Amino acid sequence: MSTYLLRRLFQALVLLLIVSAVGFSILHLAPGGPLSQFAAGGEMTQADLDRIARDMGLDRPLPVQYAEWLWHMAQGDWGRSYRDQQPVLHIIVAHLGATLELMLTSTLIAMALGSWIGILGAMRRYSLFDSLATIGAMIAVSIPTFWFGLVVIWLFSVTLGWLPAGNRYTVGDGSWLNQLHHLIAPSMVLALVSTAVWSRYMRSSMLDVINQDYIRTARSKGIPERRILFRHTVRNALLPMITIAGLQLPTLLSGALVTETIFTWPGMGRLFLDSINYRDYPVVMGILMFTAVLVLLGSLVADLLYGLADPRIRLA
Amino acid sequence: MFPAPSDEVLSVRNLSIGFRTPGGILPAVQDVSFSVRRGETLALVGESGSGKSITSLGILRLTPPAPFCQVRGEVILRTPDGRAHDLLALPEPEMRSLRGDAMAMVFQEPMTSLNPVHTIGEQIAEAVRFHRGLGKRAALGRAAELLELVGIPNPHRRLSNYPHQLSGGMRQRAMIAMALSCEPSLLIADEPTTALDVTIQAQILELLQELQQKTRMAVIFITHNLGVVAEIADRVMVMYAGRVVEQAPVVPLFKAPRMPYTQGLLRSVPRLDWAGRRGEKLAAIPGNVPDALAPPSGCAFAPRCEHHRPGLCDAAVPPLEASGADHDVRCVRWSELLPEAAA
Repeated sequence: MSTYLLRRLFQALVLLLIVSAVGFSILHLAPGGPLSQFAAGGEMTQADLDRIARDMGLDRPLPVQYAEWLWHMAQGDWGRSYRDQQPVLHIIVAHLGATLELMLTSTLIAMALGSWIGILGAMRRYSLFDSLATIGAMIAVSIPTFWFGLVVIWLFSVTLGWLPAGNRYTVGDGSWLNQLHHLIAPSMVLALVSTAVWSRYMRSSMLDVINQDYIRTARSKGIPERRILFRHTVRNALLPMITIAGLQLPTLLSGALVTETIFTWPGMGRLFLDSINYRDYPVVMGILMFTAVLVLLGSLVADLLYGLADPRIRLA
Repeated sequence: MFPAPSDEVLSVRNLSIGFRTPGGILPAVQDVSFSVRRGETLALVGESGSGKSITSLGILRLTPPAPFCQVRGEVILRTPDGRAHDLLALPEPEMRSLRGDAMAMVFQEPMTSLNPVHTIGEQIAEAVRFHRGLGKRAALGRAAELLELVGIPNPHRRLSNYPHQLSGGMRQRAMIAMALSCEPSLLIADEPTTALDVTIQAQILELLQELQQKTRMAVIFITHNLGVVAEIADRVMVMYAGRVVEQAPVVPLFKAPRMPYTQGLLRSVPRLDWAGRRGEKLAAIPGNVPDALAPPSGCAFAPRCEHHRPGLCDAAVPPLEASGADHDVRCVRWSELLPEAAA
């Protein structure tokens, strides 16, 4: 078990190195740069810009800049934002809460609702419910998030006035009821697609299990249908879902770019987008590495959980 | 109705099972009738697709639900309390209370027929808990007894094993323990040894015979292996293309098979004393099982039959005729094909 963990850890380190190198290169290949915002005013001379570049270390060759960033990173120094000189790690931590709140809510809704729809659809395959769920999932997946988000705002905020159009809470009102009120629209928008996706996974996993020989065996023992459904069918159908849930983990903390932007939600997704627009290299790299670690962690956690849930798999 | 002998456990009359397919109703089983008595072993023999497994699933009503699968006929199960249950007419809850209790089934592939995420103990205890109302601990105790009964060493330790931790033979023993947990009057074994090594096959057959002698249960043994049939059956029913084509006690069937198909089957069994005797080749039945959606007119075996006579065999489906005491055959030419008649 510990050798397994060590091996996984080593693989993760190599992967992180590759991700950081590729990310760094692409980021610097993008046109513009941190200096373009200073140049935009038109008041600075080329000499001023060169001096700023030298101060920021941007005049050196790219490999040197990367090596320096890596060296600091290895020591736990994530660097400082170009925008406000705040430490990158502080900025990330400050945006985590909002993202976690939104993503956890929508993911829980999606898993609960999606599993239920998937199980019911598989049990009554080709029924009216199953057909509607299939068509509904198709539509939900096809709807672009930015459009659906705007429709929700137009309908529930502008026309009906039931829900706030954005932000995490009303300034000056810190009550949890107010926060919950603000949470409804964005989590609904986010849950739409993931509920659809989750229900499809669950349905096909259920159908795989329903046709297994051991379900017929269970039926031949004359035990109640409910028990066959939950202890024999759902129990086995949930196994592959662990992997899918593990892949969801990074999005819990890396946030949703489009939804957070539409609903001016102060989370990681919006931070990422803003940082890219400002060419705030340290913050973008920080978020990139943070997300990469989460992806690796998510798949590791999923594998460990799988080992616990499926007796056939013992990690060695 | 036939006057039923008091020790008749299962009586099947005119059982027909059809599957709905895009190409029409596929008749998997047609007009099958037979009965099994207490302590008796009936072997159901036939090629793949002959309808033998579907027949057994139909008896337990484990075939797919109604619109996809139609089951007609009459299946009567007599339980030790003397009651007769009309299985095809029973409401599902009553049917469920008989399944796993009065009648049980052992399946072909012990690896896929056991749930991979539950222990052997839990899976054996499950039926006992529901049919006998035992608590979890008592049911596990019963499971250990059963494991011992089927010859698994260290039964208490094995309770907490998962199916993948047992060998193929052990798994099939566990399956048998599961089926026997409520002392059924009828055991259906669907090719229980096909997936096993030859040496393990012999052990499992021996075990089943031994258990049958102890419990006097009726056994329906489904197989395509005639060697196994000779070993364990009291009576044999040969099926072809969904129909019974010959039915007889085991000795007359092996000594004097009357249906050309049965004769072909017996000739195609490799025998040690034939090897190299006169350079004879092992006989095979030419051709394949007919397409169930487009069966040949008349006798379904006619296209492959060496005694096939055009105009006679393909005119109509031959009836299942009594050709002697307790020996039925479905062939219009059986009497002229008798060895005495030919001589």
